[in-house]
Amino acid sequence: MAIESMEIEGPERPWRMASVRYLAQPGAVIGLVILLGWIVVALLAPLIAPYDPSELVSRARQAPSAAHWLGTDMLGRDVLSRVIYGSRISISLGLIAVALGGIPGVILGLLAGYFGGWVDVVISRFVDALLAFPSILLALVVIAALGPSIQNMMIAVGIATLPDYARLVRGSVLAVKSQPYVEAARLVGNSHLRTMARHILINVNAPIVVLATLQVGSAILIGAGLSFLGLGAQPPTPEWGLMSAEGRQMLQRAWWISTFPGVAILSVVIACNLVGDGLRTALDPKMRMG
Amino acid sequence: MGRYVLGRLFQLVPVLILISLIVFAVMHLLPGDPALLMLAGAEGGAITPERLNELREQMGLNDPLAVQYMNFVFNAVQGDLGSSIRFQVPVTELILDRFGSTMELAVAGLVVAIAIGMPLGMIAAARKGGWIDTLCMTLSYVGSSMPVYWLGLLLVLLFSFTLGWFPSAGGGSFQALVLPAVTLGLLSAGVLARLIRSSMLEVATEDYMRTARAKGLPPRLIILRHGLKNAMIPVLTMMGLQFGALLAGTVVTETVFSRPGLGRLIVNAILAKDYPLVQGSILFLAVVYLLVNLAVDIAYGWLDPRIRYGH
Repeated sequence: MAIESMEIEGPERPWRMASVRYLAQPGAVIGLVILLGWIVVALLAPLIAPYDPSELVSRARQAPSAAHWLGTDMLGRDVLSRVIYGSRISISLGLIAVALGGIPGVILGLLAGYFGGWVDVVISRFVDALLAFPSILLALVVIAALGPSIQNMMIAVGIATLPDYARLVRGSVLAVKSQPYVEAARLVGNSHLRTMARHILINVNAPIVVLATLQVGSAILIGAGLSFLGLGAQPPTPEWGLMSAEGRQMLQRAWWISTFPGVAILSVVIACNLVGDGLRTALDPKMRMG
Repeated sequence: MGRYVLGRLFQLVPVLILISLIVFAVMHLLPGDPALLMLAGAEGGAITPERLNELREQMGLNDPLAVQYMNFVFNAVQGDLGSSIRFQVPVTELILDRFGSTMELAVAGLVVAIAIGMPLGMIAAARKGGWIDTLCMTLSYVGSSMPVYWLGLLLVLLFSFTLGWFPSAGGGSFQALVLPAVTLGLLSAGVLARLIRSSMLEVATEDYMRTARAKGLPPRLIILRHGLKNAMIPVLTMMGLQFGALLAGTVVTETVFSRPGLGRLIVNAILAKDYPLVQGSILFLAVVYLLVNLAVDIAYGWLDPRIRYGH
């Protein structure tokens, strides 16, 4: 009996405890539900959307009605269907941009923090210089070089967020590098690579997960901004930022074309931020010890 | 203090070199020949090898990269950022022409952010857990999750089209500045409010705050004189960063409100593949951003002597 309860208190439980802590936060749960809802919408877009997003299904600029819940756009396409299909682009933009910025960013931060010395100096100066650009400006530099398109927009947003990861990971690695278990890992003959991956990265994963979640939201925002400027997705793609830009000229006569895609962005980004903040609270090691 | 300022200026040099390298490298090393891009982007001329080579020669693209970079930096330091392909005038002239309008917008945005964010954050901290606190935090959350252009469009819809109070587009007048400034400022106001709140709450547990309460100072005075002044130190750093965000935000805001400015200049230059103009104006904005943050750092050292004498 006593042994059984000891086993339940075993060390494998932090993830379980983290999810309990996560689910105890109403905001985080709401965020997760909204986010999962959007993912379902993105996956099932062809089944859910009432019309084809690129087909002219009705008269142009029809106000929201029973037939077209969110109205029709300047060409007569169904706004609701376009918003639904737009979720595919925005969500994949968020994920791809995070992968493109996160993976090299984490590697750079890990190398700088772990090796220190000149490696750190070189990487840190490079990261400082990237941080000297506000992120949309950095994205603009990349777009300027590669040309406006949806793929380049994802690359640009990824690069724009890279320095944030590098800085965060470097700091976290510095904090755990001098722990005895790292030294022990080296002493028993682990290679640098193995030590970094198995012993350091695994211990700094919580802040990375939190940052990545928050960055999905900001990547979607930056991407939509670029598309709004004409520097991201190109017509006739149903991209939320682009849709707002297209409706802008007739805002006075047909407000629904520009405003509904913005509501979609707002809800996705808020959801990402709520989930990110929830994860931060749930994974905070200080709270875990308490 | 003088030594501190000099030291900070000196630290700027490597960052400046790296920024120029990044802008230069991105423009030159990535796939895509700028001369070819330019010919393709120019109004309709056929692309012949002769024209391409002539243009490459004219732009110095046939020189070794190191030489090109040295020329770029040498000229940039003297204020020569080359000539715009599209407008056929010096890039510096175009930038300075529009910079005033962009600065005006960014500063006005900062004023809006402070005017709204500071009182909100202070009230939220003073009445922690109350409905104002909840409202403030919700607003700042929503604000930081909102696309800038979308907020701009909503404001135009309400204040220009429905109420008719302010023009929806253009520049030059104070009337035309209001909506763009509010658009920009509201987003930063949320960030600022949240920061001031947490900073004030942190300061509230300090000994001197307890002393102030113990000696019977009225709460208003405690918050303003003892709380706010100390809480401002981290807030100030954040404001530097926020100013950068505001400067960057002008890129989108200027497009929403059709305001002539540096941001719109950059966007149009990218769309027109006006490559020297893009390079020059992005470099310029990055340097301005850097200088603003330097100014904030110096103000920071002046407010808090511990920073000056420490490291």
